[in-house]
Amino acid sequence: MTTVSRTSGTSVRAQARSALSAGGEGLARLAVLLLAAVPGAVLPVGAAIFSGVMASQLLQSYDVGLFLAFLLAAVVGSAVAAANVRRTANRTRGQLERWFGIRLPAVYEPRPELELDGRGHWWTGYTYHRSRTVAKYAQLVHWGLRDRTTRAELLWLLVNPVVVVALVGPVAALLGVGAAYTLAGPVPANGFDPLSSRMTSVLLSVVLGVVMIVVGMLVAPLAVRAYAEAARRVLDQDGRATHAQLTRRVAELTETRADAAGNQAAELRRIERDLHDGAQARLVAIGMTLGTIEHLMDTDQEAARELLAEARQSSARALQELRDLVRGIHPPVLAERGLGDAVRALALDSALPAEVCVSLPDRPPAPVEAAVYFSICELLANAAKHSGADQVWVDILYRAGFLRVTVTDDGVGVADPSRGTGLRGIEKRLGTFDGVLSIDSTLGGPTTITLELPCELSSPRTSTSFAKA
Amino acid sequence: MRVVLAEDLYLLREGLIRLLEAHGFTIAAAVETGPELLEALLTHRPDVAVVDVRLPPTLTDEGLQAALKARREIQGLPVLVLSQHVQQLYARELLADGTGGIGYLLKDRVFNAGQFIDAVRRVAAGGTAMDPDVIAKLMQTTSRRPGPLLRLSPREREVLELMAEGCSNSAIAARLSVSDGAVAKHIANIFTKLEIVPDEDANRRVLAVLAYLNGTAGRTG
Repeated sequence: MTTVSRTSGTSVRAQARSALSAGGEGLARLAVLLLAAVPGAVLPVGAAIFSGVMASQLLQSYDVGLFLAFLLAAVVGSAVAAANVRRTANRTRGQLERWFGIRLPAVYEPRPELELDGRGHWWTGYTYHRSRTVAKYAQLVHWGLRDRTTRAELLWLLVNPVVVVALVGPVAALLGVGAAYTLAGPVPANGFDPLSSRMTSVLLSVVLGVVMIVVGMLVAPLAVRAYAEAARRVLDQDGRATHAQLTRRVAELTETRADAAGNQAAELRRIERDLHDGAQARLVAIGMTLGTIEHLMDTDQEAARELLAEARQSSARALQELRDLVRGIHPPVLAERGLGDAVRALALDSALPAEVCVSLPDRPPAPVEAAVYFSICELLANAAKHSGADQVWVDILYRAGFLRVTVTDDGVGVADPSRGTGLRGIEKRLGTFDGVLSIDSTLGGPTTITLELPCELSSPRTSTSFAKA
Repeated sequence: MRVVLAEDLYLLREGLIRLLEAHGFTIAAAVETGPELLEALLTHRPDVAVVDVRLPPTLTDEGLQAALKARREIQGLPVLVLSQHVQQLYARELLADGTGGIGYLLKDRVFNAGQFIDAVRRVAAGGTAMDPDVIAKLMQTTSRRPGPLLRLSPREREVLELMAEGCSNSAIAARLSVSDGAVAKHIANIFTKLEIVPDEDANRRVLAVLAYLNGTAGRTG
């Protein structure tokens, strides 16, 4: 019994001590947070106000002075803020890791290399610029606004001061008011009775003050915890890769997988039917003819010779059919030469004069090659059949992880995927690879159809070539 | 006549060896892969090479590439290329240097031993042997586009096709069952209509026709 009571006594004391030390730690951390929030919030605002005021003072005599001052304030403010975006986020990440062991991974999308094109312009992956410096900054801004992690950091720059004020404020108020009560109570005054009402009120105010300080200290760790939670919500984009997004992606994948499986089954069925009705049947016929020849050899050599010629023709036809079938499954040129030459060969055989330009550093994965090849096949056939065009241009380009194919014709225009099954078939074919199809057409032409799909090439080696067909 | 043969399928290789030896050719080397082929062509310098387009180790167009490379080393080395499929693209590449001694045939053409051996001999002699399929596609592309080809009579088109395949006057006459004189007249008409300068040399004439067809197909597109 005694042991229990003693342990419970020590544990209460220990608990109280640890609660108080946690409170102290919490208070210290809140102070750190408050200080840390200063550069991200106060500096940009301060810089903006300072530069604005300075400019307005200098330009007082001009009408546009105020406007210019505002402009300058905005520019300086956002520049200082931009400089603090990553620092603020990283500081928060460091604090979370130190205090709670929460690791928030900062994964940025790779920034594409600046590319110099043939005309001496810098390509940022999004836009062209004459000057390299401009291109660099344009790319930085564009990339920063697109990158999910950087966007989260931007948001955090805005949210951080608000959260800090919202959490530090109440705690500071509790402590401040509590301290005021505690100290204001026992102010020495002339003679009052230990039991007078004055004494009671002093005691009450001291007790209230101490309680408020204790509550403030107990709440401080909770406030830090809440801050960590808020930071995690904002900064941890991948952890937040929200349920809705994942659900949407799963639905997408389910659909494209069903399409792919369906297509494949239909393809196999078609191949089976073609073999069954074509080459297989011909081989049976050849076998029968050979049997007859065997029988006729001794009796009617003339007839046997005729049948031999027939058998040979049959085998040639069977080969022709197999060749056509193979072309539909996987065109030999595609296997031998890759996408560029396969499309050139296609253009040579096309009913319409077609100009092909290929800029592919290397070969895309085989399934992507096949999907793109058959899509282009379909588009060329469409252009020949429906557009009334005199000329088609096919452009194959690989840049920044995307394979982009444009097929342009000078025909009558208006290609609408809701009208034909052809374009929808292409969309489905590309969907398996997260590819998209877009149509740019007006009545009277021209029509440009763009296919775009993400893919990796086998090795980086750039070669550009043009060919006419 | 010494032949270098490149074919990776055992049955076909043995069949071709038997066929060629039966018609008095000597097999200098029979190889299976692209690198072997290039080496054999450069060391044996055969009178003619019979080459499959697709060869190991990559099973891409190694045979074609080896043949083209060897022809850059040895000017006008006669090469007959065989394939399961014929492409205008490959035909153009083979004809690009304009020196002749080029054959490009579907593997099925081996079935007709007489015509196949005739094609091998023609290529060995510096002539051309283009597969009827290639010529048909070439004619198709060319005649879809406006041009002098539309002015040819059906018979003249037939003669032009056979000429483009690489047939001699007498071979054309035999195939169409007409006299040599009639063929000569058709050919003169064709040259006038297409505005090609006629050439006494049969091989150069064929190359001119092919260049014309290729050029027309290329120019309008």
